[in-house]
Amino acid sequence: MANLTQTDTHADSLLRFMTCGSVDDGKSTLIGRLLFDTKTILADTLNQIEKTSKKRGMEAVDLSLLTDGLQAEREQGITIDVAYRYFSTGTRKYIIADSPGHEQYTRNMVTAASTANLAIILIDARRGVLTQTRRHSYLAKLVGIPHLVVAVNKMDLVDHDRATFDRICAEYRAFADEIGLGDVRFIPMSALNGDNIVDRGEAMPWYSGATLLEILEAAPAAHTEQAEAFRFPVQFVCRPQASDDPELHDYRGFMGRVESGEVKVGDRVTALPSGQASVVKRIELGAVSLPQAIHEQSVSILLEDEIDVSRGDMLVPSDAQPVVTKAIEGMVCWFSETPLSPARTYLVRHTTRTSKAKVDGIDYKVDVNTLAREPATGLAMNDIARIRLRLAQPLAVDPYTENRATGAFIVIDESTNNTVGAGMIVSAGGGA
Amino acid sequence: MSTPTLQTPVRQTLSHLDWLEAEAIHILREVAGQCERPVLLFSGGKDSICLLRLAEKAFRPARFPFPLMHIDTGHNYREVVDFRDKRAAELGERLIVRSVEDSMARGTVVLKSPDEPRNKHQSVTLLESIAEFEFDCCIGGARRDEEKARAKERIMSFRDEFGQWDPKNQRPELWNLYNARAHKGENIRAFPISNWTEMDVWQYIEREGLELPSIYFAHQRDVVMRGGAMMPVNVPLADGSVINVPRAGETVENRLVRFRTVGDITCTAPVESDADTVGKIVIETATTTITERGATRLDDQTSEASMEQRKKEGYF
Repeated sequence: MANLTQTDTHADSLLRFMTCGSVDDGKSTLIGRLLFDTKTILADTLNQIEKTSKKRGMEAVDLSLLTDGLQAEREQGITIDVAYRYFSTGTRKYIIADSPGHEQYTRNMVTAASTANLAIILIDARRGVLTQTRRHSYLAKLVGIPHLVVAVNKMDLVDHDRATFDRICAEYRAFADEIGLGDVRFIPMSALNGDNIVDRGEAMPWYSGATLLEILEAAPAAHTEQAEAFRFPVQFVCRPQASDDPELHDYRGFMGRVESGEVKVGDRVTALPSGQASVVKRIELGAVSLPQAIHEQSVSILLEDEIDVSRGDMLVPSDAQPVVTKAIEGMVCWFSETPLSPARTYLVRHTTRTSKAKVDGIDYKVDVNTLAREPATGLAMNDIARIRLRLAQPLAVDPYTENRATGAFIVIDESTNNTVGAGMIVSAGGGA
Repeated sequence: MSTPTLQTPVRQTLSHLDWLEAEAIHILREVAGQCERPVLLFSGGKDSICLLRLAEKAFRPARFPFPLMHIDTGHNYREVVDFRDKRAAELGERLIVRSVEDSMARGTVVLKSPDEPRNKHQSVTLLESIAEFEFDCCIGGARRDEEKARAKERIMSFRDEFGQWDPKNQRPELWNLYNARAHKGENIRAFPISNWTEMDVWQYIEREGLELPSIYFAHQRDVVMRGGAMMPVNVPLADGSVINVPRAGETVENRLVRFRTVGDITCTAPVESDADTVGKIVIETATTTITERGATRLDDQTSEASMEQRKKEGYF
């Protein structure tokens, strides 16, 4: 990669990706390698891990130490939680969600996947496609990560053998087709030696495809290439009435983030769930008026008419509205040690709206290892199931596969306030 | 094996700074929407200076839906304290200052020695101030790239009634659905610039033309070398007294330095630098070989887990 010079300190786009795999697959080494070879690791950090490597009796610097976080993790030699890491090339800034392989794998992986636009799935070349690989791939699919990179690691331990790599690719490809994974790419690599990560290396001249960093640099930053409808959940209403400026007496700015699509001044919008329509009068960011706002931009929207809009409501195009419903069906991942009980009332957070909810039924539970469906009456930690929920308040929903923002929800236990589940809406429930 | 979708981004996307800004504004507005009595911790340092600009973008033309608060160790640079007061006044926002020295007077902070670094004692004063004002959320400028314990912290981080962070039992945080719910007495710490790096902060300061306390820029300063680090000496405090008197046998040198981070005078070291503009600092940040805290925070170097330990005790 090019050296950083004073002219390329301004990365111009941002990609969020995640890594799936266990310590044994060399995941920490891979991340360490990415950080090291992009020169993200500074001298004092390197000195520190050199010292630790020596203390633990290792000869070479153990790059996996770069991702060690908490005291308990260092003590037990495990990774407990999702960690976020950052690096930057001349053209792009990256956020890595580093999800541990074993502990709480479903909970952590789903958490990491929820903000990732690309996943790297690590496979140990000596072991090939394992149950764990299938599980990771299924979860990536479930949470809707659009791009997958299968990193066949430890090629140095199989003599950089091309046939081994091809066999693993073929096996994975068959599985990917079975569960309907779209964009998958394969790379033979050695994280230990740095082959095909940032630098190509000389060990595998038979591989002419892209290195990992080349793939990351070229991957689309947007979550989807599909045109999505405008969705604007209102977070807060700005009413600066106490201001001395008489111009501001009637100011009502609806503050939020464009969760999908885009909006322009003059667009006809409807506020949900009330159904009242108006026209976009102004779009503001700070003191600046904008002609339009795009996906992921945080702005304030002012409307031509005085209609009643508050936190939890959503502005949408009048001609492309989501379904407003008090019943949803979806896939849910359960995170809590306290099992999901259909007898209890939970809180559902969907965009900026919170509603009480009751479980109407559990259709089935998915065995993430075999993908088999099983009947269930309750859900334990790390279970994934298709459930039906009844809501006290109407939500404006899209299927998760069409819109990540309006298709996602979390479940909160009112007694502890803990986030106990995450869900992806498949459809509005019956009787909506 | 290659697929065309990976090569042809067709949708318009935000630049990385715009994306980080939009995310931070979203988080600030979630705090405003979900919490009843939030407060923004403003120290006059570069990270919280960015927070104030983000709050302006999030809430103007209205007032901020929260006051600003500084937990003053009493060992802060005069330039920073002056800047803090000036900035709050310019914005017309309410600034609350609570001092570690008040806690010392109350007897809730007991120093082992008078010149002991007071950073960790801020936790006590912070928790006392949270109780005094019944704040349910403190917005802070911490970043995940600063330190390894921070790398695992949530954007909305839950603290129990003793202000403790339990790293092994954090709430899962998915998509941008933040859960800032807390019972009375419990507390949320919200970190809108979690995903920013030191470089992002400087680029944002450059782009937005933000003003900073003068000690971030290269200046001449009396220092001694102590325990391998540069130590500023004979620093005047706001009350006219002088702190960090050189010890016997130490040689005072006048060097061209700047601070990469500002904090308690007794444990924040400057770096040698001739960067006297934000542009030069951006370039210096891109080419430095030492991490921000490694270069400057003596209190993080006492043990491998010292930040984690302080956070468990209520530090932000």
